[in-house]
Amino acid sequence: MTEIHVQSPGLFTTVQDLGREGFGPIGVSPSGAADPTSLRIGNRLVGNPDGAAALEMTLLGGTFLFPQGAIIALAGSDFGATLDDSAIPPHQTIEIHPGQTLRLGPTRSGARCYLCVHGGISVELFLGSASTHVLSGLGGFDGRPLRKGDVLVVGPAPQPFHTRALASHATDLLAQRKTFRITPGPQVEKFSEPSRQLFYESTFSIAEESDRLGLRLTGPAIHANSHREMITEGVSLGAIQITPEGQPIILFVDQQTTGGYPKIANVITADLPSLGQLRPRDQVRFEPVNWDAARQLLIEQKRLLNSADLIIG
Amino acid sequence: MEGGNLTPEVGHESQIADFAPIVFLNLQSFNLKSALTMLPARFQPASDQSLLIYFGHAMSRKAHQQVMRLLRLLQADPVAGIVNLHPAYHSLLIKFDPLQFAHADLESILRERLKHLADIQPPPPRQIEIPVCYDEEFGPDLNHVAAMQHLTPEQVIELHASKSYEVYFLGFVPGFAYLGELAPELVTPRLPAPRRSVASGSVGIAGSQTGVYPFAVPGGWRLLGRTPLKMFQPQTATSLLSIGDRVRFVPITREQFAQLEKA
Repeated sequence: MTEIHVQSPGLFTTVQDLGREGFGPIGVSPSGAADPTSLRIGNRLVGNPDGAAALEMTLLGGTFLFPQGAIIALAGSDFGATLDDSAIPPHQTIEIHPGQTLRLGPTRSGARCYLCVHGGISVELFLGSASTHVLSGLGGFDGRPLRKGDVLVVGPAPQPFHTRALASHATDLLAQRKTFRITPGPQVEKFSEPSRQLFYESTFSIAEESDRLGLRLTGPAIHANSHREMITEGVSLGAIQITPEGQPIILFVDQQTTGGYPKIANVITADLPSLGQLRPRDQVRFEPVNWDAARQLLIEQKRLLNSADLIIG
Repeated sequence: MEGGNLTPEVGHESQIADFAPIVFLNLQSFNLKSALTMLPARFQPASDQSLLIYFGHAMSRKAHQQVMRLLRLLQADPVAGIVNLHPAYHSLLIKFDPLQFAHADLESILRERLKHLADIQPPPPRQIEIPVCYDEEFGPDLNHVAAMQHLTPEQVIELHASKSYEVYFLGFVPGFAYLGELAPELVTPRLPAPRRSVASGSVGIAGSQTGVYPFAVPGGWRLLGRTPLKMFQPQTATSLLSIGDRVRFVPITREQFAQLEKA
């Protein structure tokens, strides 16, 4: 059995796959990788299915001992990885020999780095997914972020391994967005034209207390016309809700499934993976697009992600 | 949806008159009584991969009945490409595969389905009793709620435990049921600042709603007591409560709480 020994967990490291969809009626959030594009790429580099479970590290990576060795790839942001003190590059297959130690440090780019292992991380599935939902303590490794001393088990290898790397044109797919494309939210009419303009034209900063439940934005207060409470309703991933104080919050992968704040806008599906790479204090802006543009951008992204020459080897 | 006039059918406008008699016949064969009591559905895109359906503009029993009927209809006979459903008081959020549908495509499929809403016969609601210990240790806000409402703590317990509540929907965290309506004397706003952690099993009130926290999570509802029951079983991923259930809280003593907790 192949194991990974957690010598240091990093700031906030959880097991994630592509999440569990379809359990809204019992209040279960989909969860899953904050940057699913990076997870997919990392898994392809080690010959796994796109949705194999991996470790999602946040801002500061961990230290992992591989007593039996493993085939791994790092995807997403550059956390300055070393293997037994030699630097290793992200986005290519790495063979770890028995007894070697993988060390990751603070991020040099975005918020999240994925450690994908040939065979995937093996945990008991909750509602068909390995993803951790920390708020409820469900899924993943014991429903919580990793701690020092945890021992993870790697799943059976899906097929023989061969070295792969990411094509250079994949950088388009992984480039960090600073401007996020949005479509109108279901309560956009609750905001006056000047309020909407202020939202579209301002730069916001990602607040420290942002997490997988929601990204909180600081910037000018955006006020709805009426402060009367609206009737709680289902909320979508990437919805930008405005609190009574005028603070925007982008609902994210571990989001609660219903909410009672008005939504001024929603980040388009094609731009959701890039939200997972935003760090505290990053500056973002929003650009309204129409429904057709949102769809075309998603089609283009899927085409890039599924192009045969994305992975070399 | 306002974009409805952008659908390809717009070119067939001139033919509508020709079909009018057929439409009339269909209406005659309809169950007029139930059809007339249905609230009209309103469609609103929520994101490029989700669509909201509202029934009416307010919280009402009728609106909620229609939400439950549509939920059951879509669960019993799923539409390929719909990936998730989020029911609430008077709305249903539908998440779909955006490469399969534009909003207008999904809306026309759903409008077809809505014609059969009156045919859905929801099963009779399950009656569920939840034992609650209203001791001060478990209900840290009981005395404050009583003071705010000019009631004694005993009266608050009596009011809370004497009503049968409906499960409107589950949300927030797995297994958290939004129950209503509270007796008017108990309607109390949320805490000004939420607690960092509310004990699992805590029974709280907020506005005209009441509910039970299935997990130790941050929460802003005012806590009246605690149940020893497990609201959500992670091993089987089952929730004690489901949408449409009827719930009654039954006061228990500290000793009964301890016994039930062990069982």
